Amino acid sequence: MAETGTRTTLEYGYGGNERLVMNMGPQHPSAHGVFRMILTLEGETIVAVEPIIGYLHRCHEKLGESLTYVQYPTIASKTDYVSAMTAELTYVRAAEQLGQIEVPQRAQHLRVLVAELQRVASHLLWLGTWCMDMGGAMGGGATLFLYCFREREAILDLFEALTGARLLYGFHQIGGTRYDLPAGWAERCRETVAQVETRLLEYEAMLEANTIFLVRTQGVGVISPELAQEVGVAGPLIRGSGIAWDLRRAEPYSSYEEFTFDVPVETTGDCYARYRVRMQEFRESIRIVRQVLDGLPAGPISSRPGVKSVGQVKLPKGETYARVEGPRGEVGIYLVSDGATKPYRMKWRGASFSNLAVVGHILPGHKVADAVAILGSVDPVFGEVDR
Amino acid sequence: MTDVLWTVLPPFLLLNGILVFIAYLTLLERKVAARLQSRVGPYRVGRPHGWLQPIADALKLMLKEDIVPSAADRPVYNLAPIVFLVPAFLMYAAIPFAPALALADLRIGLLFVLAVSSLEVVGLFMCGWGSNNKYALLSAMRAVNQIISYEVPFILVALVPVVLVGSLRLQDLVAAQDPWWLVTYPVIGQLAFVAFVVVSLASENRIPFDIVEAESELVAGFRVEYSGMKFALIQLAEFTHLFGVACLGTLLFLGGWLGPGPAGLGPAWFLLKAIALFVLIVWIRWSFVRIRVDQILALSWKVLLPAALALLLAAAVVVVVRGGGGA
Repeated sequence: MAETGTRTTLEYGYGGNERLVMNMGPQHPSAHGVFRMILTLEGETIVAVEPIIGYLHRCHEKLGESLTYVQYPTIASKTDYVSAMTAELTYVRAAEQLGQIEVPQRAQHLRVLVAELQRVASHLLWLGTWCMDMGGAMGGGATLFLYCFREREAILDLFEALTGARLLYGFHQIGGTRYDLPAGWAERCRETVAQVETRLLEYEAMLEANTIFLVRTQGVGVISPELAQEVGVAGPLIRGSGIAWDLRRAEPYSSYEEFTFDVPVETTGDCYARYRVRMQEFRESIRIVRQVLDGLPAGPISSRPGVKSVGQVKLPKGETYARVEGPRGEVGIYLVSDGATKPYRMKWRGASFSNLAVVGHILPGHKVADAVAILGSVDPVFGEVDR
Repeated sequence: MTDVLWTVLPPFLLLNGILVFIAYLTLLERKVAARLQSRVGPYRVGRPHGWLQPIADALKLMLKEDIVPSAADRPVYNLAPIVFLVPAFLMYAAIPFAPALALADLRIGLLFVLAVSSLEVVGLFMCGWGSNNKYALLSAMRAVNQIISYEVPFILVALVPVVLVGSLRLQDLVAAQDPWWLVTYPVIGQLAFVAFVVVSLASENRIPFDIVEAESELVAGFRVEYSGMKFALIQLAEFTHLFGVACLGTLLFLGGWLGPGPAGLGPAWFLLKAIALFVLIVWIRWSFVRIRVDQILALSWKVLLPAALALLLAAAVVVVVRGGGGA
């Protein structure tokens, strides 16, 4: 670390003297939203990087204090808008934990169902945009991007049939879920995941048989297991670095303990390892989705009545931390209640935020082209980073 | 008077013919790309299949405001698109579309085409330098690196047919491929053709070698500051140059205008083959991701250059063994 005025930059040992300071973002095709990096280059090699975040800050934690427990879940989905289902789930789980509210078995299973479908949709978005980072909007990357969007579209159609919304759902409520499966939905869901499964084989054939893809990803952006733990990354990043850490396995919630699935782990820690982990997670998620559809218990979908007034949920005094395994890793909420209808304090642990912290450590020494490949492999969603 | 007319008219016709043709090549590329991506592509402007799209694009670009960045090097910035475009068109001066259908039937036709073709790097660097933009400058640096690295194997591969035939005259090169095109020449022909396609992809900055443009890293590379008609000129130059190289590949390896049917069909055969080569390049472009700058240079110097030299040597050995042919 070197202090340059008010700036703090991570430095990499280098011997030259000709430097170029280049600004990447917040308006940049590969900024994945509004990320800004001030890169110091020596030729094409990055020697220092200063990441700047906060361009999408919307005061979510303050919003959490000013909205009631009934109102906030729909707003929670706007933090990680690519994975709205798990963001909502985190909040309602925190509230249920605090109020010791029972959730019926059917609702638990429905929550697992939508969370896993959401993971598939989110990973599809990641694969498409990541390939676009490496292959360009005017090339093979865009081709894969459009393929992925075609599949993601089918899953969003499922969500639309379920909740009426395509991106931000408001599916969960404290005590259960707001919607039950419509008629014929399960059959449609099976067809969709079967199609995604076959198309995944096509993508793998297109990418893994391609030497250029391999040389662009293998050995690039290596995160060592030590660094991964020190920085506190989670999700596919830490599993790509050889640590089998998955909250669905380590600390099962919403009846995850009833389903059989594997936690994919790769040991090399490079972009390719993270890619492999996510590709296997697609399969595992689809496996869980099928299990849920096979054994969906009958019964009520919520232990509480539907929304009648915004102040109908009142939680006892206390504090709690609830976390779920989102597509990008551990999403957590720390909730403090003073016994009113609104939380006294709410704190988000965004998976993207913690994962993004690793970028400054691994970028130096790489080429400019690798910077976008590495950033893409981290899969940040800036709504969740900046909140 | 008629003399002057005859001097001016054919280049005029060729130039405008190419302009229109290239405009429709962009439509072809967009349609092929759309097909690969399970889309429809341009459709609305001129039904069916958006046949007016290129004209709409050109009109739109002409009507756009022409912005010159305040910090740009004005003369260089303004001149660059023209410097970029002229060599691309000059290539066509020496390209024969049929036995006697060329503006200039040069004895060193191939040399002329190759020389003019490599001039594009000057215009490209002027674009990057004149824009006074860091992305553009990085891109221009990459361009010079890449184009110089790939011109060497490009010329060496193009020399393989020359050695086999024994002439630099493009007409002779094609005539020698009757009835067997050079791409069917055992081993050397196929290898040289593959090498030619790879190297021309690289020297044309097409994906997977389009690090110069690299819009996901360098936004749009050397042309990031260009807008309106200047941008159109740069795009036009790239496509013109690309099709010029496809024409060259057709002449060197695919037997130029040779094909079944009466001799009058020659130009049609020629264009058909060149378009097929162009579509192959488009296909590659829309299915690959981009390679990195250090890898691209390593590929050139460590793989393609030795391979091109080996091919040239093999061709020379063949000529010596069979006696004759080579000059």
